[in-house]
Amino acid sequence: MNFDLILGILQIVLIATTPLVFAGIGELVTEKSGVLNLGVEGMMLVGAVSAFIILVITGSYFLAFFVSIISGIIMSGLFAFLVLFLMSNQIATGLALTIFGIGLSSMLGKQYIGTPIDGLSPWFFVIFSFLIVFLVSYFFYKTKAGLILRAVGESHNSAHALGYSVIKIRFLSILFGGSMCALAGSYISICYAPMWQEGMTAGRGWIALALVVFATWKPERVLIGAYIFGGVTILQMNLQALGLRFPGQFFSMAPYVATIIVLVLISSNKLRIKLSAPASLTIPFYKGR
Amino acid sequence: MNSLFPSIVSRSQSSGLMNFFVPIISIVLTLITGSIIFVLLGFDPFYALYTFFISPISSTYGISELFVKATPLALIAIGLSYCFKNNIYNIGAEGQLTMGAIFGGGIGILFHDTNAFWLLPLMIFGGAIGGALWGLIPAILKTKFNTNEILTSLMLVYVALYILDYLVVGPWKDPFGYSFPKSRPFSESGRMPLLFDGLRVHFGLIITLFLIFVSWFIFSKTIFGFQLKVSGYSPKAARYAGFNQTTLVFFAFAICGAFAGIAGLAEVSGPIGLLYRDISPNYGFTAIIVAFLGRLHPIGIIFASLVIALTYLGAEDAQLFLQIPSAVGFIFQGLVLFYLLGAELLINYKLTYKKLL
Repeated sequence: MNFDLILGILQIVLIATTPLVFAGIGELVTEKSGVLNLGVEGMMLVGAVSAFIILVITGSYFLAFFVSIISGIIMSGLFAFLVLFLMSNQIATGLALTIFGIGLSSMLGKQYIGTPIDGLSPWFFVIFSFLIVFLVSYFFYKTKAGLILRAVGESHNSAHALGYSVIKIRFLSILFGGSMCALAGSYISICYAPMWQEGMTAGRGWIALALVVFATWKPERVLIGAYIFGGVTILQMNLQALGLRFPGQFFSMAPYVATIIVLVLISSNKLRIKLSAPASLTIPFYKGR
Repeated sequence: MNSLFPSIVSRSQSSGLMNFFVPIISIVLTLITGSIIFVLLGFDPFYALYTFFISPISSTYGISELFVKATPLALIAIGLSYCFKNNIYNIGAEGQLTMGAIFGGGIGILFHDTNAFWLLPLMIFGGAIGGALWGLIPAILKTKFNTNEILTSLMLVYVALYILDYLVVGPWKDPFGYSFPKSRPFSESGRMPLLFDGLRVHFGLIITLFLIFVSWFIFSKTIFGFQLKVSGYSPKAARYAGFNQTTLVFFAFAICGAFAGIAGLAEVSGPIGLLYRDISPNYGFTAIIVAFLGRLHPIGIIFASLVIALTYLGAEDAQLFLQIPSAVGFIFQGLVLFYLLGAELLINYKLTYKKLL
């Protein structure tokens, strides 16, 4: 194998993995505050389509990413309102967000399928994805605000008793998760693809959710997990391109099967999951009278 | 003087009245939001709502189509309620449906030139087995390896869809099909009998109604149904009472998978008649909404399946007559679930206005 080929594959892995890192780290922050948001896929799609539409209309990359992140904040804000103020079931509400997002993105993007755009170089975002992981890690373990956020996720009643606003902290964490998911989506439609197609995130939102479990809720490990998944995906594409005599569908299902296997390996240690998962995850906070 | 905003007070007992009204409130709110969306898109809201919700069912054929769409939704939703009642979040019914279609449809392809009375029952049985086996994978992973069933059941949907894709472009491809990715058609006795001449509503509807009745019996009259409910409300109480949670998880997944598998088989041996790539317009996912909207109750699920089936038909008509992308159907489905989940607050809490003076 020559050096150029290895470098080329490495580049492709970096470019393909970046959206998983964004969505994974966003969901991790949300879950650390004690909220499980299953709407990742829906928020990514809406982020992807809104960035694409704005880029086609205005031609400004800055506006495209800006509006996309606003769309992520609106989508996750809707979710936050339901689960925090109306205390709805987080799992069902997240699913509703995904279904709604799939519908909304297909409807908005219908007339933009096949519209050509000039893709943006991904390298700024690749570097930014590493940076954001280390920033989140620093925030969690070196700052007071990060400690408070983790406390809210572990025991909302204790945090409330100490005078912290559980609802406000969770709201902000959910919005951060939403904006990261939208960023992941807009990266896919503007840098990675670059185009718009219905359901183009192809299950990456769900893999991001699996990444958080894989990472046992530790930021740096999201990076490791994302690169394992990204590596498997690129490997199957390359093996497929080499023309191995093996049906392509079995390669295409590899990332999903790998996700299941990795989840099983991580979760089979019951104690590890119990110790690392935020103790208040999915439990609604009711202040009482 | 009262405060401007209501405050939320916990009820000592959940409200049965609200349990009944919440789905209706959420449907009404969805219609209001829907009209606002139509206005924003520049349509006369009354005409748009008429096109979406009334005109699709203003003919006998339309009503038959409503039942064709409601059949798989209701069958999968009643299966899902075995899981959801026990707080097991199986969201992979789409994969279980696909596997049922593969197993049952595979039998149909094997006996494509056989005409015998036993063929359809065998195919239905195969569909149930295929769905149940696919459903048991997340059940085993959950009980033996502590793996979150939400993610595993969902990943298995993608795996099942790729297996179907492999089969219909590979070994099961119709040798006389001009290389289209589809299988041979099933023989006449491998098809679901039609209930009325000229309409597509088929025997799957009868199977669905029967299984809904059986489920009603299980939920309300048997120990198993009681155990499901108790371990859903309070896992601790269930453990104290000695209910075996592992067995409950296995049964819930197997039953749900079997029902979804039968629904998948009923689709391919009913309206479709062969296997190809896109056998289901997301019935397995949409049934989750049906289950919640029907409040996991057999009667509720029947009504909810009709309401959600109407969003499928309405979306088709809206695309045809108003040039609105049919994805608007998903928006309505998402909205109705949002409102439902939000309004559920009224079941366990009440809104009161505090006296300020």
